[in-house]
Amino acid sequence: MENIVIIGNGIAGVSAARHIRKLSDKRIIIVSAETDYFFSRTALMYVYMGHMKFEHTQPYENWFWEKNRIELVNAFVNKVDTENKALTLDGSRTLHYDKLILATGSKPNKFGWPGQDLHGVQGLYSKQDLDLLEVNAPNKEVCKRAVIVGGGLIGIELAEMLRTRDIPVTFLVRESSFWNGVLPEGESQMINEHILEHHIDLRLATNLKEIVSDENGKVKSVIIAETGEELPCDMVGLTAGVTPNMDFLKDSGIELGRGIKVNRHLETNIPDVYAIGDCAEQHEAIGNRRPIEAVWYTGRMMGETVAQTICGNRIEYKPGHWFNSAKFLDIEYQTYGWVFSERGMKDYEAHFHWRHSSEKLCITVAYNKETEQFLGINTFGIRMRHEMFDRWLTQEKDVNYVMQHLADANFDPEFYKHHESAILSKYNSDRGTSIKPKKKSFKRIFQLT
Amino acid sequence: MSTYDRSMALTGQPPKEINLNQKIASIVGMLGLAILLLATFNVSFPNKAFWLTLSLVSISGGTIWFSWEQYKGKYPGIKNDGVWFKSLTNLGFWGWIAGLAITTFYVILYFFPEYLGLVNGGDNKGVIGLFDPLSKALSGNPASQWFVYGALYTVAILAFGIKFMWKYRHNRYERIRTMSVMFFQTSFAFLIPEFMARLNGSSVLQGGSLPFLDLKNIWPLNYYNFESYRIKGFLSSGDIGFAMLIFAILSVFVITPFLTYKFGKRWYCSWVCGCGGLAETIGDPFRQLSDKSVKAWKIERWVIHSVVVFVTLMTTAVIYSYLGNDTSKYWLTKTTFLLGVAALLTLVFAWVMIFKRDQLQKDAKYGAIGYFVIIISLIAIHFFSGEGHVFLFKSGALRKNYSFLIGSIFSGVIGTGFYPIFGNRAWCRFGCPMAAMMGFQQRLFSKFRITTNGGQCISCGNCSTYCEMGIDVRAYAQKGENIVRSSCVGCGICSAVCPRGVLKLENGPLQGRIDSNQVLLGNDVDLMELVNSK
Ligand SMILES: Cc1cc2nc3c(=O)[nH]c(=O)nc-3n(C[C@H](O)[C@H](O)[C@H](O)COP(=O)(O)OP(=O)(O)OC[C@H]3O[C@@H](n4cnc5c(N)ncnc54)[C@H](O)[C@@H]3O)c2cc1C
Ligand code: SF4
Ligand code: SF4
Repeated sequence: MENIVIIGNGIAGVSAARHIRKLSDKRIIIVSAETDYFFSRTALMYVYMGHMKFEHTQPYENWFWEKNRIELVNAFVNKVDTENKALTLDGSRTLHYDKLILATGSKPNKFGWPGQDLHGVQGLYSKQDLDLLEVNAPNKEVCKRAVIVGGGLIGIELAEMLRTRDIPVTFLVRESSFWNGVLPEGESQMINEHILEHHIDLRLATNLKEIVSDENGKVKSVIIAETGEELPCDMVGLTAGVTPNMDFLKDSGIELGRGIKVNRHLETNIPDVYAIGDCAEQHEAIGNRRPIEAVWYTGRMMGETVAQTICGNRIEYKPGHWFNSAKFLDIEYQTYGWVFSERGMKDYEAHFHWRHSSEKLCITVAYNKETEQFLGINTFGIRMRHEMFDRWLTQEKDVNYVMQHLADANFDPEFYKHHESAILSKYNSDRGTSIKPKKKSFKRIFQLT
Repeated sequence: MSTYDRSMALTGQPPKEINLNQKIASIVGMLGLAILLLATFNVSFPNKAFWLTLSLVSISGGTIWFSWEQYKGKYPGIKNDGVWFKSLTNLGFWGWIAGLAITTFYVILYFFPEYLGLVNGGDNKGVIGLFDPLSKALSGNPASQWFVYGALYTVAILAFGIKFMWKYRHNRYERIRTMSVMFFQTSFAFLIPEFMARLNGSSVLQGGSLPFLDLKNIWPLNYYNFESYRIKGFLSSGDIGFAMLIFAILSVFVITPFLTYKFGKRWYCSWVCGCGGLAETIGDPFRQLSDKSVKAWKIERWVIHSVVVFVTLMTTAVIYSYLGNDTSKYWLTKTTFLLGVAALLTLVFAWVMIFKRDQLQKDAKYGAIGYFVIIISLIAIHFFSGEGHVFLFKSGALRKNYSFLIGSIFSGVIGTGFYPIFGNRAWCRFGCPMAAMMGFQQRLFSKFRITTNGGQCISCGNCSTYCEMGIDVRAYAQKGENIVRSSCVGCGICSAVCPRGVLKLENGPLQGRIDSNQVLLGNDVDLMELVNSK
């Protein structure tokens, strides 16, 4: 029987294992060093905030693995010997494979700041990081101030976490407005305001120069590059993005770039070795996507794809229309298709932006100036129906059509206030159109005839 | 970082201490309770009406003030910080103490009301005596332990309902549904039956007297509604009594199925029902304690369906026992009735087996078992029963056992008393025959579903954790499947706590409602076909 070995029990590795099991009887072994069982990394914050216990982040009960004959090995892989098709586990044991799937995820970026390895300085990626946070910042007495470096999705999650324990937080963001490399101006501005509302000391256009140690090798303060100001603190969170986790592959002969290089079939340069999830880097980006996609659902999709290939049906990784979601403190964010920030905007791209007069709600719709084709939407505080936007993107609907049928796409809970007419009246006045909103129709939504 | 010890057992800390105002609010509430407690120990209060009012006002005022302090400065959004750090809500010491206290209260209430001061035929004493003025004002009668219970129950739903609405103020579905529950409890469950009691003996009822009836309390939850004394009561009370009997029957066979078809069982469980109302308000802090394991789900199905079989048989037996044999006196005789019940069940069973077999899958087998148990029992009733007894039991004995085991122990003592242990809907999930019957319909014939939003789920687990019915919502959501589960009471909390906007409760077309395929959007369409082909 063929021996499939998967390194990494995250969403990518586990999706691959589950689908290989669905399709075949092959022997499946998952080796991972972080935890015994698969858990949802995206939920780590909720454990610190007391919304869930760690066990709640595990999507499958513990008996699931044995029942599905997926063998779990808790060990660290030090070396991959592609010539003999063998792995070295924990420095000693050897494990043979016929096919190897690398699903090793990411690790937090460190940009060589002085003091970045002091006690009290940490990232937020793994279960171990979460446990460490309980040591570094268990409460506001032990941690009188925390400084977070890096204004991305993980940074704002960390800020939210610490605020639930009343710990004062200073948030250093390199950009001139929060996440404005990704978000258009109006949205980024709204999030700035919301961060301040939550009593987070947001410092925009601010870089870290140095982390200062006390006499015990523990963080004492940070120094800000622009002003030279020294901020006393007990904990520093480094959340300036992630990079693929692949140090152990250096001498394996597997081609590495910023990530593990793969082709559209998720194959590396070495036969029978595949890479999926956060750690994989496409030779060429797919559409507007980045070559390395460090998001949850792409890991899942790559796992499903590679399972097909391994079970004899060699197929390409073909992700559909881009979508994603996140939450900034109390504000939910969803995106479908492509809406670029001013920095990354395409020449043909134009935006329509609406923001509610008092509540923290806004949307941005991107369309093609020349062809009027709808390109994508960002929504804040309004939930949207994935199915509708996926379909409209496939059908290449024009922007007027989408605006007119926004009610079909609304996914807010029942009885929520609707904003379609407000949105549309701004749209009409911005663009000189006179579109009337269509009522929601289940017939259209579910394509009933 | 290297010195960090992985094996250290770490737990988090509650975010904030309660503030000064909250402490005062707690004291105010405690004082209200203290008055009740003193009354229980027969401290006699001079002006009962005054002390009762003072007590109820401080209990509710204290609760409301406390909640206001808790939520006032906060932005609308999810308020679950520290839930698992507090010993009251994480199965810790205070959780067990609270469970013990409520359980004790129920045991006394159901089985030893004399300790609460109930005096049959004389003036009440103790805490029941304290409620006499209110009861007399409403119905003209002295209070009973049930009146005291009903009044406290209503106060709890109102005060904690307000807390709930603040807690979920970002969510209009939650707010409106809570207002509905508060309204039905105060009017239908509490005030109207008391007012109706005033009419007893009056000319409006042609001198008859109605049985105590909460109109929204439908069979089989109201398992005793068709007993002989009640039917006599209805029939003796003129047009109003007759109308109420008809309403009770229509509720079972027309109103409930219709509303469940349109909206799912949530119309009742989360919008109307008093048990649900208590669970959603005072029980809300405990919803995360329900067991989500597959094992618990298995137990749930066996237990709750046994209750359904039992309640159906019992009600049939009870009605059977007081019907006559003589067709000339009344068209409904023992035999016609049994045949009618059997025919109705057969119809339902046949319809399900013919049209809905696929949707039931494995459960079809259990449905069949349940059906045959009932039919065989019906036949047995016919052959082995005589006047006033069914098989070897007196017909009343079945009913007494049910009322003791299910009505008291299960729904009260365990159901509510164990909120802090099993979560707030243990009764609704494992014991309520009404929920089971509507659930059966919800699964097979209803427009209600929880739609999963394409591929947006990040498997975080908030939905499953906070589902009071112990449904592993994430198991469906992460596969892109809709959630169509018979036990779902449509509380909407899974949707409220989802950080990615994945879940939406909605009433839509039947077609495509249960999609067991993985429709994870964003994937390549061909791949989806392959994934689903196995
Ligand atoms: C705090 C946080 C919040 C996030 N929120 C979101 C979100 O809201 N939405 C979203 O789309 N994405 C989110 N992400 C990103 C998302 O979690 C990742 O994209 C995803 O988990 C990657 O999955 P993976 O399977 O590729 O890798 P991982 O989940 O990282 O799994 C890799 C595993 O392999 C193990 N491993 C690595 N090397 C070795 C070795 N040599 N030997 C043994 N084991 C090894 C690692 O220890 C790890 O357990 C978030 C990430 C974080 C950290
Ligand atoms: S599935 Fe959702 S709506 Fe249904 S009972 Fe559970 S939490 Fe409530
Ligand atoms: S549906 Fe929402 S709450 Fe549930 S696991 Fe998915 S993202 Fe989390």
